[in-house]
Amino acid sequence: MVEQTLHNILWLLVYPGFIFTLAIGVIASYVVRKVSALVQWRVGPPVIKEGRILQSFYDIIKLLGKETLIPRDAQQIVFLAAPLVGFAGVLLLSTMLWRISFTGQPYIGDIIVAMYLSILPSLALILGSSASASPHAAVGTGREMKLVMSYELPLALAFIVVIIKTGGTLNLAAIAASEPAPIWSISGFLAFFLALLCIQAKLGFVPFDIAEAETELGSGVLMEYSGALLAIWKMMQAMMLVALPLLLVMIFLGGFHVSTPWLTLVGILKYVLILVLIILIKNTNPRVRIDQAMKFFWVYCGIALAVAVVLAMCGNYYNISWL
Amino acid sequence: MSWKMWSLKKSPWVFHVNSGACNNCDIEIVNCLTPKYDIERFGIKLVGSPRHADALLVTGVVTKQAKPRLLEVYRQTPKPCVVFAIGACACDTGIFRNGYHVAGPVDKVIKEEDPNAIVVFVPGCPPKPEAMISGVVKALAALPA
Repeated sequence: MVEQTLHNILWLLVYPGFIFTLAIGVIASYVVRKVSALVQWRVGPPVIKEGRILQSFYDIIKLLGKETLIPRDAQQIVFLAAPLVGFAGVLLLSTMLWRISFTGQPYIGDIIVAMYLSILPSLALILGSSASASPHAAVGTGREMKLVMSYELPLALAFIVVIIKTGGTLNLAAIAASEPAPIWSISGFLAFFLALLCIQAKLGFVPFDIAEAETELGSGVLMEYSGALLAIWKMMQAMMLVALPLLLVMIFLGGFHVSTPWLTLVGILKYVLILVLIILIKNTNPRVRIDQAMKFFWVYCGIALAVAVVLAMCGNYYNISWL
Repeated sequence: MSWKMWSLKKSPWVFHVNSGACNNCDIEIVNCLTPKYDIERFGIKLVGSPRHADALLVTGVVTKQAKPRLLEVYRQTPKPCVVFAIGACACDTGIFRNGYHVAGPVDKVIKEEDPNAIVVFVPGCPPKPEAMISGVVKALAALPA
């Protein structure tokens, strides 16, 4: 019993949970910055040389050591608790996904739990920024709320396509093990591509960085956060950069398996593929306005995904696996 | 060296305050971000909120209108932080020396609020991006361990 509890805590805090995910996430966020710089013909943040570690680690360590200021008018408890809530959500999500990948053990209510946990960081961001009593953050909050409402519907529809394709199972381990992977069909590919755009919005990357809007809102939702609290937000965003692509890999690309070294390599390549796609979309698009984003997600993505759902149901009915 | 200073020196995020500049220094600051100079090489990042910043880049002479705002921004910046006085006007009021609207050079104004503030001077009209990068490097070397 005690051993089991210790084992669970180890899972959560060290190996596939906190430290492992954070390390991968920090490396991934460094890659995002470096590749963005190279696209713009800059040198970008420094590489690891003698006596240097990755730039993103320095950023987080520095923020942890800085003074944490709380605005006088802020709702203190919510302001302080919001980063922890978001962080807890993404920590649980990543631990759950890694655990399913590493052990293949199912978990009751998989895909729905994953969806709820992946909304938690956005909700925490809305709570924290609206508690910070800053007009810039208030504008950012409004935009974040509209953005969440826009992308959650297409994302849910994209997952429904996969659920239909894999015969109605909600179990992530079963979806990850399904043959062939859902992406090898017209409806699955459509759902994957649109879910990728939803993930882009969830991560707050260009073209959907409307809520953070560095150039016009200061830092929007994160405006009033400083020091250790900002470090928690940054860690949360770094871990999302691991958890959300991993969720896509498990649902659309046939999962991340570790039974043989070859399969592990294939799994890593799948993750890198999604990361590369995200960086490409980030660097080739300007920011859209919030009304454009809503129209894009509800009208265009909504219609395309409705078509995908119909295709998937037809494919299921007539037993055509490529539809 | 404490871990706080060690990491601060590797990742100084800067916030840009215009306290009454003619926009010349501001253009040169933005020039530091372009592919030619690219200060992200040193881990420096321009941030949008003083609460995220480790250094304030103050350009221009501090006018009477701008003084309370500058002090407010300084109070909002988490410490430890460094104030950079960029350009001749910010360093020593420049051609506005006896102007009716001048509250003083940046270091005097900041030291009214916090006598122990670390102020770095980068003179020039406007200072070249090379001069600013050199100023940042010297300031980081001079920071207490």
